[in-house]
Amino acid sequence: MFLFLIAAGLSLIFGVLRVLNFAHGTFYMLGAYATFQLVQWLGVSGGRFWLTALGGALAVAALGGLIERLLFRRLYGKDELYQLLFTYALALILGDAAKMLWGTQQKSVSRPPELTGALHLFGATIPHYNLFIILLGPAIALAFWLVLQRTRAGRYIRAAALDRETLGALGVNVDALYTWVFVLASFLGGLGGALISPMRATTPGMDTEVIVEAFVVVVIGGLGSFWGTFLGALIYGQVLSFGILFFPRFSIFAVFALMAAVLMVRPWGLLGRPLR
Amino acid sequence: MTYLTRVPWAPLGVLAALLVPAFGSRFYTFVANDVVIWALFATSLNLLVGYTGLVSFGHAAYFGIGAYTTGILMKKLGVPFLLAFPAAGVLAAAFALLFGLFCVRLTRIYFAMLTLAFAQIVWAICFKWNEVTGGEQGMPEVPYPDLAWMGRLPLLDGLRISDHFYLLTVLLVALCLFLLHRVVGSPFGRMLTTIRENAERAEFIGVHVRRYELAAFVLAGAFAGLAGGLFGIFNRGVFPDFAYWTKSSEVLIMTLLGGMGTFYGPSVGALALIILNQQIVSYTEYWPFVLGTILVVLLFGFPGGLGGAIELLGRRLGRPRRA
Repeated sequence: MFLFLIAAGLSLIFGVLRVLNFAHGTFYMLGAYATFQLVQWLGVSGGRFWLTALGGALAVAALGGLIERLLFRRLYGKDELYQLLFTYALALILGDAAKMLWGTQQKSVSRPPELTGALHLFGATIPHYNLFIILLGPAIALAFWLVLQRTRAGRYIRAAALDRETLGALGVNVDALYTWVFVLASFLGGLGGALISPMRATTPGMDTEVIVEAFVVVVIGGLGSFWGTFLGALIYGQVLSFGILFFPRFSIFAVFALMAAVLMVRPWGLLGRPLR
Repeated sequence: MTYLTRVPWAPLGVLAALLVPAFGSRFYTFVANDVVIWALFATSLNLLVGYTGLVSFGHAAYFGIGAYTTGILMKKLGVPFLLAFPAAGVLAAAFALLFGLFCVRLTRIYFAMLTLAFAQIVWAICFKWNEVTGGEQGMPEVPYPDLAWMGRLPLLDGLRISDHFYLLTVLLVALCLFLLHRVVGSPFGRMLTTIRENAERAEFIGVHVRRYELAAFVLAGAFAGLAGGLFGIFNRGVFPDFAYWTKSSEVLIMTLLGGMGTFYGPSVGALALIILNQQIVSYTEYWPFVLGTILVVLLFGFPGGLGGAIELLGRRLGRPRRA
């Protein structure tokens, strides 16, 4: 489910800015590291975990906004290859910066004490924390969807995805909007990382792994499509788990084959719309 | 400028490359070998990205396929190099044809995504198919080709087998680059540039754009495969990360660094990047950080890459002075 959070940010950036953000996986990793750092300072007890997770995500969001403002902005309207490579350069720089700051050792965050227990269901043991993530995913999806559909900012974002020039002509500050979209997307990526930190160890290299997964999810569901991303995350999870169950050796293969198949038949994804 | 362009740079470059083992340093020969192979790989990508305007994000797939082809043929089946090497190109071309059929139907970002997807499929297969590819562990100890004949030649008898292989690599890569140069300069190559500049207009004048793009894709794949075949032997082993997407981006950076669309740009990029890597790694372990910074500077400052910058400089110097 956390993959949905990351993919949603990726999809949002693509939908509005028409850029594939390779650095998104790095934002996710930084979210995890930032949370780890805050936990080191504050601890996890007494509800502080939620504070640290939020703080980690916010820190990443701020970083994302800064990068958009200072650097990324200048590449709009240039060749896609340059934008793509810029985000890749960003991924390299930030990834290595994280390595400098936190070293190559695995970092782990202990689970928040409120959710350390586990639920026993039909003979399976599900830690409360995992359950919480499973429930949180759809909740965030719903909240996100409401923001996009019901608020003024959401309307602007959707409008920018359709036609940025007309929106600008109508008196909306598109520049600022882009920055906020980038901030929001970085926040989602960072939050994904923050929430995963108690479940998996945080290591350098988790960024390149997750970005490819997120690409697969977004492509399957449809670049820039919100529910498509949700569907994509679900399909990805199913294919991977059932793949591991039935053909353990070819589960990764199946996932990428699915991605290729979707691109061949409906390049804009299952629930996406063709561009222009 | 005019006398600079009249210098036969390409033969001189080959000659200089051939002289490297004469200095006797195992290390420099190693680095030079690395450079030469990557130069071919980057040039093959340039045919797509620079000349045809198709941004492939999965070029490593064909490199990997080539490496595994030569590796498996030579190590497991004992096929001589003379057959195993072209086989790398042929098989990579076959896969490029298969994947390209689907890829060229898409445009721009979707093209990049689909090439990436196919490359990841190749990687996943190499990673998991233990019986054939050795899986995660890869396939170490790919043998050198039998180069004893080289030792019987005058001047070459005192050299190590790795030096012999290096000389062979230089000659083969030079041959490949010569062929690619012919392709780029041919009417076919011109048509690719036309497609890059304006695919719609090319369609209007009756060019089957997709067919041309597919041909470029297959050619680029074939030469990437040949580069991979050489690299597997040079590296003394073939590993799944040859086909991983980070390799694709690495070669893309080389192409960009050297200058897209200039023929020798990618070779210069490969040279610059590998030497830089060797130098920097001895100072700091944070090579990706440096690479990322270089890339950012390049993107903002010199979109034409090194080749473009040199060309610009040359044009400025060569401009006739106004009286």
